Amino acid sequence: MAGEADTTIEVLPAVSHIPRWLAVSLRFARQRPLGAAGAAIIIIMALAASLADVIAPFDPLKTDYARMFQPPGANHWFGTDAFGRDVLSRIIYGSRTALLVGFSSSFFSATLGAILGVGSAYFGGRTDLITQRLMDVLLSFPLIVLALAVVAILGSGIMNVILAITIPMIPRCALVVRSTALSLRRTPFVDAARALGFGHARIIFRHMLPNVMAPYLIMLTAFQGQAILLEASLSFLGLGVAEPTAAWGLMLRGAAVEFAERAPWMAIFPGVAISLSVFAFNLLGDSLRDALDPKLRVS
Amino acid sequence: MRVTERPGWHAAITASTIFSLALLLFSPPGGAAEKENPRSGGELVFAVGETPPSYDGHRETTFAMLHPIAPHYSTLLRFDPQGYPKIIGDVAESWSASKDGLTYTFKIRKGVKFHDGSELTSKDVKATYDKIILPPQGVASARKAYYDMVDRIETPDIYTVVFHLKYPSASLLANLASPWNFIYKAEILEKDPRWYEKNIMGSGPFTFVEYVPGSHWVGKKNPNYFMKGRPYLDGYKAIFIRDTAPRVAAIRSGQALIEFRGFNPAAKEDIVKALGDKVVVQESPWICNLTVTINNEKKPFDDVRVRRALTLAIDRWEASKALSQISLMKYVGGLFRPGAGSQYATPEAELTKLAGFGKNIEAARKEARRLLKEAGVPEGFSFTLKNRNVREPYEVTGVFVIDQWRQIGLNVTHMPQEGGPYFNDFRQGNYETGIDFNCDFMDEPDYQLLKFLSSDKSPLNYARYKDSVLDDLYEKQGRATNAKERLKLLRQFEKRVLDEQAYQFHILWWQRIIPHWAKVKGWKITPSHYLNQDLREIWLAE
Repeated sequence: MAGEADTTIEVLPAVSHIPRWLAVSLRFARQRPLGAAGAAIIIIMALAASLADVIAPFDPLKTDYARMFQPPGANHWFGTDAFGRDVLSRIIYGSRTALLVGFSSSFFSATLGAILGVGSAYFGGRTDLITQRLMDVLLSFPLIVLALAVVAILGSGIMNVILAITIPMIPRCALVVRSTALSLRRTPFVDAARALGFGHARIIFRHMLPNVMAPYLIMLTAFQGQAILLEASLSFLGLGVAEPTAAWGLMLRGAAVEFAERAPWMAIFPGVAISLSVFAFNLLGDSLRDALDPKLRVS
Repeated sequence: MRVTERPGWHAAITASTIFSLALLLFSPPGGAAEKENPRSGGELVFAVGETPPSYDGHRETTFAMLHPIAPHYSTLLRFDPQGYPKIIGDVAESWSASKDGLTYTFKIRKGVKFHDGSELTSKDVKATYDKIILPPQGVASARKAYYDMVDRIETPDIYTVVFHLKYPSASLLANLASPWNFIYKAEILEKDPRWYEKNIMGSGPFTFVEYVPGSHWVGKKNPNYFMKGRPYLDGYKAIFIRDTAPRVAAIRSGQALIEFRGFNPAAKEDIVKALGDKVVVQESPWICNLTVTINNEKKPFDDVRVRRALTLAIDRWEASKALSQISLMKYVGGLFRPGAGSQYATPEAELTKLAGFGKNIEAARKEARRLLKEAGVPEGFSFTLKNRNVREPYEVTGVFVIDQWRQIGLNVTHMPQEGGPYFNDFRQGNYETGIDFNCDFMDEPDYQLLKFLSSDKSPLNYARYKDSVLDDLYEKQGRATNAKERLKLLRQFEKRVLDEQAYQFHILWWQRIIPHWAKVKGWKITPSHYLNQDLREIWLAE
């Protein structure tokens, strides 16, 4: 029976066939359904933006003066605008502009803000004082006013709009990240890194920045909604992207205002698109904060 | 008015006068102080979209100065408020011209008083025109260039002014009827030539009461106005409202009874829908147009084939139908305003022969693609179109033009800019293509063609080309002694600019739409928002 003793079956833990990212997502959806709804809307937006060439029923720039102000119907689900352009197609292509500006400006502002915040906290002293006063100056201007000033100086266009939104958002992220980084500065692993003679850059980028990822990710998500709204506001004021580019804020100005009674769909659909996307990013941002903030997790 | 002598070469002016009289005879009634008995009294409140930069008509170029301030002043001549383009006297009672067309003598009305009670004499007229034509150092004169033909001005007596010209000019009388040329008091100008930038002292139908910057401008009836029984109104108030929507709301609510510059079709619909028969709408072609300006120094736009392709791609006839529903843009025309009262407009049959003005757009675009290919411009070639950051009609037209060029395989980026950088880039040649504009107070080739002279001769030409043929034709037409001869020269000029060289080209001419309360009587729309603004014929029906 020695053979029997050799054939002991080792009980292994059950292997799940669900990929880890999906499991995490499902758990997030179960625990934070509103955040998951926001994420779903963002995913739909991202898909619409990337597949716009395939799914848009019409060329968003193609004018058709025989079909000006067509109400929503079988041919044009969301109607046509003052140039006879298909509103649905322009909204689909407009998501590209919204996401490009939203992602780019929130990424650059959150990243630069995080680096500045961590650097400021790490060096402390005069560096911290000067950096923080500079941040205070920038923070003293309302977001839209500073963005308007930047666009007024640099001119309109997508790149300038991204820059105009990025600049006023940097100090907002820098402040939040700095407060977290201040507590990291005196932690043993930072002291150990210093004692081992690591350079400032290595300590900041390799040891401190990864530990402020939670506030960074929250700010990154929260900024996207704000950035989309700000881009729409600038375009609405004629300072953002220019016609005939498909952009939601741009679709709300001009003829949409002048012909609001005659063709309300020209304003309603892009308005809904802006609201929905900002709402989605806010939902996701709130849920991420709840999920990542240890204090909220404990409570 | 008595015109004592009329040289033969004045046929152009005679023709225009006859034409306008015919128009008056056969045109339907509307807007004039025609059948109803004018009623005196009341205050006219009207809206103005901007505030005046200064009060000096000689220096300014904006309606924002003219609309609130013109009622305080007289001019030497004026365009007949009821019969444009007829020229009538204002403070000039009569005038005559020598046979060689080099001397014009004007008789000034007796008893014309400035608002301070002093009499307006030939000395004041001379001082005014000296300031306009030869402004002292540091004094701006916006239209000085239009008086190049004037050699000197003399005043043989206090009621006579004589203009001596260097060469005969077909446009002198029209220039002297300019609504900008307020007659100022010589004594004041002598002491301070810039006094009128900040003060008012005229001889017009209304005296100055107050100006609250950003809010309103008030004038009251001049009891000593030289024209008996005028003005009808007790006074007027111009209220400044910058944005279109509140300006429309002001008319709808009756806060303002009229806005003299013009609204777009959407605003008109809005007002008519709200006020019904309480409002009347006067419409007219407008001596304003938008032009595609091309930087002829930049490649590949230095190639005439590329420029011709650009104009051939534009379907102006479709634009006329479509854009007129959503903007001020409406009339297809060449270098001269189409429509009633414009004796220089190119007839449609001739116009359609010019590049870009034909009605077979498919054939035109096929030719455009061929020209681009021949010029070596690749499919999808990218360039920029600079434009003013003003929605109506600039951005609307920009979108239209970009779409038209897409249809011949060009990829154009729209770059709207604020006024400062926009003008700066145009002046410095820092652009590839752009949307430019032109507005004049009268149909006069000397004005409308100035933009197309060689760029070293005309500060208005941003297209950066030199063409001695055009310069020569311009000079010849300005001195032409015969209307037919002048028209022939004008057609040659037009063909060279728009067709043969396609240096820069018009897109459409504007439509002027004035919806106003029906109780505003005695005001008739003209093709220019600069004309007929002294309010002396206006009266209120209730």
